[in-house]
Amino acid sequence: MINKKVNNVQEALQGIENGMTIMLGGFGLCGIPENSIAELVQKETRDLTCISNNAGVDEFGLGLLLKKHQIKKMISSYVGENAEFERQMLSGELDVELTPQGTLAEKCRAAQAGIPAFFTPAGFGTEVAEGKETREFNGKMHVMELAYKADFAIVKAWKGDEAGNLIFKGTARNFNACMAGAAKITIAEVEHLLPVGSLDPNEIHIPGIMVQRIFKGDNFEKRIEQRTVRKK
Amino acid sequence: MLTKEDIAKRIAKEVKDRYYVNLGIGIPTLVANFVPDGIDVEFQSENGVLGMGPFPFEGEEDADIINAGKQTITTLPGASFFDSAFSFGMIRSKKVDLTILGAMEVAENGDIANWKIPGKMVKGMGGAMDLVASAENIIVAMMHVNRAGESKILKRCTLPLTGVGCVKKVVTELAVLEVTTKGFKLLERAPGVTVEQIIAATEAELIIEGEIPEMVIA
Repeated sequence: MINKKVNNVQEALQGIENGMTIMLGGFGLCGIPENSIAELVQKETRDLTCISNNAGVDEFGLGLLLKKHQIKKMISSYVGENAEFERQMLSGELDVELTPQGTLAEKCRAAQAGIPAFFTPAGFGTEVAEGKETREFNGKMHVMELAYKADFAIVKAWKGDEAGNLIFKGTARNFNACMAGAAKITIAEVEHLLPVGSLDPNEIHIPGIMVQRIFKGDNFEKRIEQRTVRKK
Repeated sequence: MLTKEDIAKRIAKEVKDRYYVNLGIGIPTLVANFVPDGIDVEFQSENGVLGMGPFPFEGEEDADIINAGKQTITTLPGASFFDSAFSFGMIRSKKVDLTILGAMEVAENGDIANWKIPGKMVKGMGGAMDLVASAENIIVAMMHVNRAGESKILKRCTLPLTGVGCVKKVVTELAVLEVTTKGFKLLERAPGVTVEQIIAATEAELIIEGEIPEMVIA
């Protein structure tokens, strides 16, 4: 067994420097690496390029980094829930690259899978395709998209073991499973960090080879963005 | 004139047995409530779930189980979870039979705009561009005119496009329209709404053939 365990979030985030490109998992606030985001705020790392489907909300998730002006560029598919984000974007303080969600996911997966580029029909005929190579396959137009290049990927999983194997829960799998192994160094923040042998190899979603550092996160708040219920 | 719920009820009639369906945010989400009995469907949400069920009972919400609108949901027996790349894989490879989404504008050539108002509103396209580029069967649920009273059913879209030549059908509070190679064809009118009222509220030309039946909302 190759042990990937580090003792805490500080150790896990070592080497993240100003100006780096970081992937962060999560959809909305679901499955975000809460402890790592809090530590990045603490470290005051600046000029970050963040690849993440969303940008958090004003007081949580990546919104915390935005508030402190630590993000230079945001690559996302949907940023609708964050007033500070919208303000920084419209004033030009924040550089924003909006990317169709499936394309964003595949650009992560391509990096994870060692594929430099791929063609997708998403965005053809729209401003997303401007300046990009297009090609017809089977009578339909496609846009060439490149794999992301990132320094760090920070993902959040439900369970992990010291070998770096990961299991996600529910829809918190989202981009976490696509980003694991898609950067030079992948950091996994998990709710439950177990000794090797505790996880059934049949049930592992991401094998440990994709993860360089794993640590147990504390006090997950797991904030709900839209609490919708029905009466009993 | 239809309410938003009525629009959802009318669209629910387009949902056929054994369909996998992706519902967008807003009116489309309501469609799930009105699928007729005896029809087996599974709802897909692009954030990574198939077999979505109703909202959870109070106190049973799980922050790790949400839909693409970030709402807490439940799953039904037979449900599955998957990652985002896999989710859009099943959309691109046309495993999802029907996509229902909202729009700011739809044009007679099937173009749709629903993600950006330059200088004003920039929320992002989310999964809409991927969905409209790949889905075979796309129904738009929206209001016929915007808040300023201007038609959203146009000859050409004026806002930045989400997708080109992709919309098949539009259901509004006034009418059901089909996008044909010759433009919008008026299929049905809302109860109590005249063909003249629909023409007056529509910027695009309408193809009107014979008597236009009233929608059946039940």
